[in-house]
Amino acid sequence: MKRFLFSFSLLVMLSLVWAACADSSDRSFDDGASPADRADGLSQSEIEKGIGPIEKVELSAVIDTALVSQGEAIFAVKCAACHKLTERYVGPPLGQVLDIRTPEFIMNMMLNPDEMARQHPEVQALLGQYFVPMPNQNLTEADARAVLEFLRDAYMGTSEVTP
Amino acid sequence: MSTIFSKRLLFGACTVILAGLVFFACQTTGTQSTFGDDAARQVYVAPGEYDEFYSFFSGGFSGNLTVYGLPSGRHLKDVPVFSQYPENGWGYTEETVPMLNTSYGFVPWDDAHHPELSMTDGVPDGRWIFINANNTPRVARVDLTTFTTEEIIEIPNSAGNHGSPFITPNSEYLVASTRFSVPIPQRDMAISDYAGNFKGTLSFIKADTPGEMDVAFQVLVPGFNYDLAHAGKGPSFGWMFFTSYNSVEAHTLLEVNASQNDKDFIAAVNWQRAEECVANGNARRMVTRYFHNHMDAATQSAVSTEKTSVTVLEPTDCERLVYYLPTPKSPHGVDVDPTGQYIVAGGKLATVIPVHSFAKMQQAIADEAFETMIDGIPVLQYEAVIAGEVENPGLGPLHTEFDGRGFAYTTAFISSEIVKWRVGEPWDVVDRIPVYYSVGHLMIPGGDSRQPWGKYLVAMNKITKDRYLPTGPELAHAAQLIDISGDKMRMLLDFPTMGEPHYAQALPAEMIMDKQVQFFPIEENEHPYAAKSEAEARVERVGNDVHVYMTTIRTHFAPDNIEGVKVGDDVYFHVTNLEQDWDVPHGFAIIGANTSELLIMPGETRTLKWTPQGEGVYPFYCTDFCSALHQEMQGYVRVSPAGSNVSMAFGTGN
Repeated sequence: MKRFLFSFSLLVMLSLVWAACADSSDRSFDDGASPADRADGLSQSEIEKGIGPIEKVELSAVIDTALVSQGEAIFAVKCAACHKLTERYVGPPLGQVLDIRTPEFIMNMMLNPDEMARQHPEVQALLGQYFVPMPNQNLTEADARAVLEFLRDAYMGTSEVTP
Repeated sequence: MSTIFSKRLLFGACTVILAGLVFFACQTTGTQSTFGDDAARQVYVAPGEYDEFYSFFSGGFSGNLTVYGLPSGRHLKDVPVFSQYPENGWGYTEETVPMLNTSYGFVPWDDAHHPELSMTDGVPDGRWIFINANNTPRVARVDLTTFTTEEIIEIPNSAGNHGSPFITPNSEYLVASTRFSVPIPQRDMAISDYAGNFKGTLSFIKADTPGEMDVAFQVLVPGFNYDLAHAGKGPSFGWMFFTSYNSVEAHTLLEVNASQNDKDFIAAVNWQRAEECVANGNARRMVTRYFHNHMDAATQSAVSTEKTSVTVLEPTDCERLVYYLPTPKSPHGVDVDPTGQYIVAGGKLATVIPVHSFAKMQQAIADEAFETMIDGIPVLQYEAVIAGEVENPGLGPLHTEFDGRGFAYTTAFISSEIVKWRVGEPWDVVDRIPVYYSVGHLMIPGGDSRQPWGKYLVAMNKITKDRYLPTGPELAHAAQLIDISGDKMRMLLDFPTMGEPHYAQALPAEMIMDKQVQFFPIEENEHPYAAKSEAEARVERVGNDVHVYMTTIRTHFAPDNIEGVKVGDDVYFHVTNLEQDWDVPHGFAIIGANTSELLIMPGETRTLKWTPQGEGVYPFYCTDFCSALHQEMQGYVRVSPAGSNVSMAFGTGN
């Protein structure tokens, strides 16, 4: 028992040596490199909903038209320089994006594009196709929710399709 | 029992050994306790870590402000102020050209000497930093959330704005004194009639409201050369002290003629008394011309306003406003200790550092212990105001700052050293350290304030000679970082500086690093020519002016193909950066531009005027490496002959 205690203490102290040094010598910072094995480490939920602050979006059955107009205005300023609804521009067309992405994925892509590009296999595949990583336009969650409503409206075919 | 004891001993020994391991494992490999290695460790800022202080060096003849981290000496930024700066278009773009308006017209260069941080309660507060233009007298305000020049006020009735911009404890006023006395108002007269006819001014500038800097009043004084200044604080709050030399009023060969008097003067000005006299109507409005320029935050464009009169106060119309303190000899710097009790002068040609006592000055005024009067200004008796003289201060003492622990540090230009001395009896030198070479100003973070951060001192040396790898006839000036935390000063680091830094100020990084603007919200951009979305990108012709409302985002311009421009047109590229993320400026350059490039911050609009000289198809491109496809970020302008019928057309991707 005493021998066990002794060994245990030794182990604790050795790990202290390691921790004390790791604390001051580990100067690593996020340099944007994407460790290849981390994409594989994503959960099924992350694959479906993306990586970011949005875990669950409550969607109403009826489109909120006021929110749509807000979203349209934000889309025009912050998204439309690269995305159109019906055709490829710099990035993919978004009119039918709800066919292939969950609402959470769409919002996380708007809110956390850098990490999504680094870690999510779907976004990495898109990057291979479109070349330009999506810039972070610093939307608030409320902004992103409004843009999502605009995209829902477009998806349901009620929006006037602006090229 | 003995087994337990020995095990306990073993356990204890292990603990000691492991503790030792922790200690040694964390040391950098190959550590030796030599002086040099200690110094290296003190200035080493590991990759990804931050410096402890921001320091702001004047650029001298570069006309801008340079920013360095301390203790590493890393060069962080140049902030263009008084000089055109083609790297980002400052003074070239339509938005910023009016910032350099003066009563002499557009003045694209100056000589910037003294950065001065805004203060609250006698301590730097991290809101703004001010800096003077020596040649065409001006004072600028640089905002410390954007590191950009936001405001410039010209100083009328001034020439050689050297003694500037020194600030009062709550940023009530900045001062600006005249190195060169001149006829006021300017007129044609014989230079030989200088004595008695040329005048100096001591200007007090309202500085505490952004966008509203203005000259509150000027004190008209005898035609000496006014040199530097510092404000009183604590007991001396309400006073400003200015050095002057050439009290003989020489007008030629000043290196010989200006130093004939045994003592020149510190002018002590009671600015609260000046406020009373102005309020009582003892001042007059003098007709003059000067400009006030500031960047309007909403339109992101300079607003330039001409002013046509200034308030002037004569000492004869306001008793008890100005007193002269005799000071040996050709004094340069004047510095007030953290307690506000002592006023220290650096007499370039003096053999001692004279220290005046504010309390004795008050007593001398009460006793009317006057030596004489000059143009209605009482000259106090030297013996009545002097608190002490520091003996053996080195040759050519110039400037003094303080560590907040009762010691002062003075530069000695001729003997190339810093001397540390005791503020108070017996006023003795306690340490000295050589610097390389010919030191002008020195700087301790907050070292002119009520509460210095007395850890480091930076010596700003005029001559470098053999200190760095040589670079032809012109060499960088040298800053030297000295540890002043102990009894003995220790040299830590040399680093080259850009332009000719005269003075610097510094503050702890945490005071401003978290307040940095990262981008300008595009919704708040009210620039009249902004295109706030790609849908607004367009080209409009107004007579011979062609306005291109252009947007940028990684990685294209809209429009990027433009036709219908003709020889004889002036083309204005109004480029709005639609990015809304930190550290993503875009550049814009077009072949043959006679101005500069644009560097446009996220959310900002900047305008380049381009006058095509002949027909052809001309490329433009982004100059700031913005993304993997930066090299694809380009476009063309087709220029047709004057009178051709090529119609206006523009677009991107079609």
